[in-house]
Amino acid sequence: MTGAAPPQDGPAIEVRGVVTRFGTTTIHDGLDLTVKRGEIIGVVGGSGTGKTVLLRTIIGLQKPADGEVTLLGETVAWDGSSTEALAGRFGMLFQDGALFSALTVGQNIQVPMRECGGIPPQLMDELSRLKVSLVGLPPDACGKFPSELSGGMKKRAGLARALALDPDVVFLDEPTAGLDPIGASDFDELILDLRRALGLTVVMVTHDLDSLARICDRIAVLVDKKIVVGTMEELTGSQHPWIRSYFHGPRARAAFDRPALAGAQE
Amino acid sequence: MADIGVADPLDLREEGGALVLRLSGRWTLDTMRRLDRELRATARRPIHRLVVEAEGLTGLDSAGAWAIRRTLEQAEARGAETELRGLSDAYRPILDKAVVPDPRAPVAPPSRTGLLAPLEGAGRAVLHAAHVGRNLAGFFGYTLVTLGGVLVRPWRLRVTATVAQMEATGLNALPIVGLLCFLVGIVLAYMGALQLKQFGADILTVNLVGVAVLREIGILLAAIIVAGRSGSAFAAQIGTMKVNQEVDALETMGLSAVEVLVLPRLIALIIVMPLLTVWADAAGLLGGSVVALFLLDLSFAQFLTQLKAAVSFWDFGTGMLKAPVFALVIALVGCYDGLRVSGSAESVGRYTTRAVVESIFLVIVLDALFAVAFAEIGI
Repeated sequence: MTGAAPPQDGPAIEVRGVVTRFGTTTIHDGLDLTVKRGEIIGVVGGSGTGKTVLLRTIIGLQKPADGEVTLLGETVAWDGSSTEALAGRFGMLFQDGALFSALTVGQNIQVPMRECGGIPPQLMDELSRLKVSLVGLPPDACGKFPSELSGGMKKRAGLARALALDPDVVFLDEPTAGLDPIGASDFDELILDLRRALGLTVVMVTHDLDSLARICDRIAVLVDKKIVVGTMEELTGSQHPWIRSYFHGPRARAAFDRPALAGAQE
Repeated sequence: MADIGVADPLDLREEGGALVLRLSGRWTLDTMRRLDRELRATARRPIHRLVVEAEGLTGLDSAGAWAIRRTLEQAEARGAETELRGLSDAYRPILDKAVVPDPRAPVAPPSRTGLLAPLEGAGRAVLHAAHVGRNLAGFFGYTLVTLGGVLVRPWRLRVTATVAQMEATGLNALPIVGLLCFLVGIVLAYMGALQLKQFGADILTVNLVGVAVLREIGILLAAIIVAGRSGSAFAAQIGTMKVNQEVDALETMGLSAVEVLVLPRLIALIIVMPLLTVWADAAGLLGGSVVALFLLDLSFAQFLTQLKAAVSFWDFGTGMLKAPVFALVIALVGCYDGLRVSGSAESVGRYTTRAVVESIFLVIVLDALFAVAFAEIGI
């Protein structure tokens, strides 16, 4: 939630020299990333390169061995204290939705609203219905339990909850995986609309090449335990073998050759 | 109403028969928290024309957009003309998206209240219990058929799984079953000795402990501990496999979930339960003999002599007869509840609890029936 204060200047996210190790395996080795405000950035990388780990590090769930992360001007402390200060200013969509199974979808969306306090119950009900329709779920999904929803519907419900307080930054972990192509492109539109109206900053881990081409301003590629950031054009010209095969594979060409590519570069 | 001045995000004015709302600043959830009630009241005012001037907006989130749209819609529903002026193009998409298609869609699960609610709840519970009983009987039958199939073709029995279950449900339960029965034996002998001493019949403490432990305490304690340890484990293991679609995977490979998952557990428990009962009986009697030694000055040999005179074979035999039946009930209920798990991890917990409660309930009910039946046939 943005509150009455105008958005501060400076980058939305700043990652400096992050080192992550699991046992003896090093996942990130001195990784740097800066995300500007109002930017949509896609994070790509092969399996096991630590895309989800990077998101978890930024939002304070995973303590790195070394390095520093600043999220919306707050230094992330990985002990819960910074998460409290940032409550409601960022939202996270987990891969499988991570909905609270004991609550209905509507109640799930209201959890962050209740935490922030003082919102009239009637308005909370209306807003949870609004978020449900915003993410393209049918109205009756609001009163259903997560166990009654399909995988794609759970994902949308999870997004509705991540958007409950209209955060400044949303982190999306594979948001369009499991959605049908129409749903996925509606979702892309939704992200663009929210960015236009709210100056939303979006960090999305995705393998959906259509999403990358259509809505991402820049793309961060996790290779060699570090990150390479660039626009689609810059990365297409890269000589790194993995990046080359990623952006020149048959699926990539099919996605990027469409006219929508021009729109992504605006 | 609008008394704060410049900083007020909502300015209300009457202009030539029209109500003009001038919006300014950031219209976000934070602002709506304060403005919601005022906006609702505004929309209810008897007006012919409502004008919303949105030039001053410097921020709009979906909560603010919804509040604007709702105010306009409510005024229209009351027959007023409405107009939205000066909205920046940047905010147009979010306002277009701020739609609630069904304002009456339920958010919370329907709650039953009122005088009839307890009655309805009781009725539902009875029907549910009848349902569970019928399905459990059906599951029992199906398991018996599968068991028959395995007896005809014994190589289909999963020996490794069965032995592993025997270890988990039997061997690993020995310490806890032994300790609890030993302690209950002590309590029983102690209470008995104190009471019987009053009319000089303290030697009968041995009879009391012998009959009570062999007939009831040993088997009942063993069954309740096994229901809590293993019945719950069965439900949780099978339930987790159900949630992970592992049971479905078995079925698609042409394997029967009952044959692979239920039978090894059932057979293991039926073998192990009588053995556990013997162990429990021994531990209970040992507890009694310790009390006899210290409180009644009865040596171990004297205790055994008195015990031999006090109990018949059938005191031990009735406990042994009950053991496989209780094992069957515990294994069936645990596996049945495990297979009933569906959907979420939450339901694993719910059905595990249910398995323990149902199996302990059934064990005690059956124990009462056995007591009556044994009394009738005189053993």
